[in-house]
Amino acid sequence: MEIMGKTFAEKALARASGQASVSAGQIVDAQPDAILSHDNTAAIFRLFKQLGIERVKNPDRLRIALDHAVPAPTTQHAQNHAEVRNFVAQQGVKNFFEVGRGICHQVLSEEAMVLPGQLILGADSHTTHYGWMGAFGAGIGRSEVAALWATGELWLRVPESIKVVLNGALPPGVTSKDFCLKFIGDVGADGGLYASVEFHGDGISAMSLESRMVIPNMMAEFGAKNAYLPPDQKVYEYLSVPLQRRLEIGDWGSQEARQSLISNLQSHSLFADADATYRATYTYDASTLEPMIAKPHRVDNVSPLSALKGIRIQQAFLGTCTNGRIEDLEAACAVLKGKQIAAGTRMLVIPASSEILKEATRRGYISILLDAGAVIGVPGCGPCMGNHMGVPAVGEVTISTANRNFRGRMGTRDAEIYLASPAVVAASAVAGVIADPREVSGGEEEKRRGIEER
Amino acid sequence: MQITGHAWTYGDDVNTDVIFPGKYTYTLTNINEFAKHALEDLDPDFAKLVKPDDVIVGGKNFGCGSSREQAAVCIKLSGVRVIVAKSFARIFFRNCVNNGVLPVVCPEAVAAIKKGDEISIELDQNIVRTPAGDFVFPPLSPSVAAIIDAGGLIPMLRRKLGTENLPLPEMKFGGGD
Repeated sequence: MEIMGKTFAEKALARASGQASVSAGQIVDAQPDAILSHDNTAAIFRLFKQLGIERVKNPDRLRIALDHAVPAPTTQHAQNHAEVRNFVAQQGVKNFFEVGRGICHQVLSEEAMVLPGQLILGADSHTTHYGWMGAFGAGIGRSEVAALWATGELWLRVPESIKVVLNGALPPGVTSKDFCLKFIGDVGADGGLYASVEFHGDGISAMSLESRMVIPNMMAEFGAKNAYLPPDQKVYEYLSVPLQRRLEIGDWGSQEARQSLISNLQSHSLFADADATYRATYTYDASTLEPMIAKPHRVDNVSPLSALKGIRIQQAFLGTCTNGRIEDLEAACAVLKGKQIAAGTRMLVIPASSEILKEATRRGYISILLDAGAVIGVPGCGPCMGNHMGVPAVGEVTISTANRNFRGRMGTRDAEIYLASPAVVAASAVAGVIADPREVSGGEEEKRRGIEER
Repeated sequence: MQITGHAWTYGDDVNTDVIFPGKYTYTLTNINEFAKHALEDLDPDFAKLVKPDDVIVGGKNFGCGSSREQAAVCIKLSGVRVIVAKSFARIFFRNCVNNGVLPVVCPEAVAAIKKGDEISIELDQNIVRTPAGDFVFPPLSPSVAAIIDAGGLIPMLRRKLGTENLPLPEMKFGGGD
């Protein structure tokens, strides 16, 4: 009998459903290692109560972060948060992250609350995020989370897989966000419908972890069920730090304990077989990519930055689970240092977590941003889905580092959202129009030279 | 069993932000208000004029975007029991099933249906009847169909857990994206 190679998704869902082997198309009852919810925990609790049982089955598997509207902007939001805290106390949920700690996907990553090869299901469409570490992350609905709290398992269809290969190195000023926008623009917003999207190639492994995190996050906009990047030493080292802290293995400085954690993570990782079957394969040469922008009101409505320069903006938003990390703030600061945000334009910066805010403060980024005239928000989702903290006025144009630009997304139906990388958002804030950071950055030096010549 | 109503037709990639805007996810807590906002940023007429058993007809990737279950719930509360589309976004598909709304994948029917057409869905035969002809759609897998038959995931689980006779706590939504 011929034994077919398996994809990551087939291996991950076989493990999660306790079977030796499963194949694409099969429906399995999977038991997730982690169950995510956020501000919607209160609504899920109400559904859970309808089931007529008292206790959550495995409270240690729950991960809850308040991030969608934090701190509470209205009494209603505050009541919602209060209900979540009551639930957490009543059910003894240990892995709960309060207002201000940050966006769920960033916090769970920083805290190693999900590990390579594990299954995480979450009441959030961007649960695809955990593919950055080689975990299987998929979004589900609220009723399904209530069901998981009650029974610990849920039916999942084993997805077909798509393989995306990125070869070579990205040119300076081109980011993993640009790669994602290019890819989604090329194939379409439904190109990955129901699929597990695997990323391979030296262009991926050469990326920093923060750059990698953008990719599975953006795959929610491709219709993917989950996304996957093969984990490597960088991933294991990153996760071993919080794991060591939490598990209290050995002395805090012990290299031995850390090494054993790293080899443990490695041995639990899952990798696709070389002869696995894919629904489609796409190959990109990183050196040919350029900065890209998604235009209103679709993520696959994509143009090169060069074609959109000069469009007037009123608001620039740097943040979200897609691009609110230290590397993103660094890229923005490289553009903003010593410059001012244009008159008639405002810039909002919301670090994705308190750890990022702390590090950005330590590095002096927050001073650079404030000196440039930016506003700093509390770590969380901010105005991404229109709850608060930067909702646009009617007719206004926002350029944002977020993952979604649907009509009304930021709370105002008749407003436009362009999606771009952090440096492009920062450059546009300085110019007051969509601008190329390579030109704005160069401007500093040229301006100085110009003044001297005069 | 047959469901007959008029068709509300829309294009490709109808997303959950236009079906149920995110700004309502934590502020609209009274479930009785949900139907009034169904498809608010897509078609302001829909909520005003929709009749029970009307059918929403969409293009490809219907329901893409957020996992917010209110998108499926507000459609259900507007009286719609079936959505016919070329394809569905996966979380929205699950949310429909889990709330007892039937997602029908039938690109041929979508191409044939015009706005306002009277159409019927023959549930037992998996047929969409339209003025332009009848179209067969693939049946759901039995385990998924069982959820719809039970009226959704929560009622099905109540049966499974043996709690179906316990009184339901007051049903209130709100909070969730």
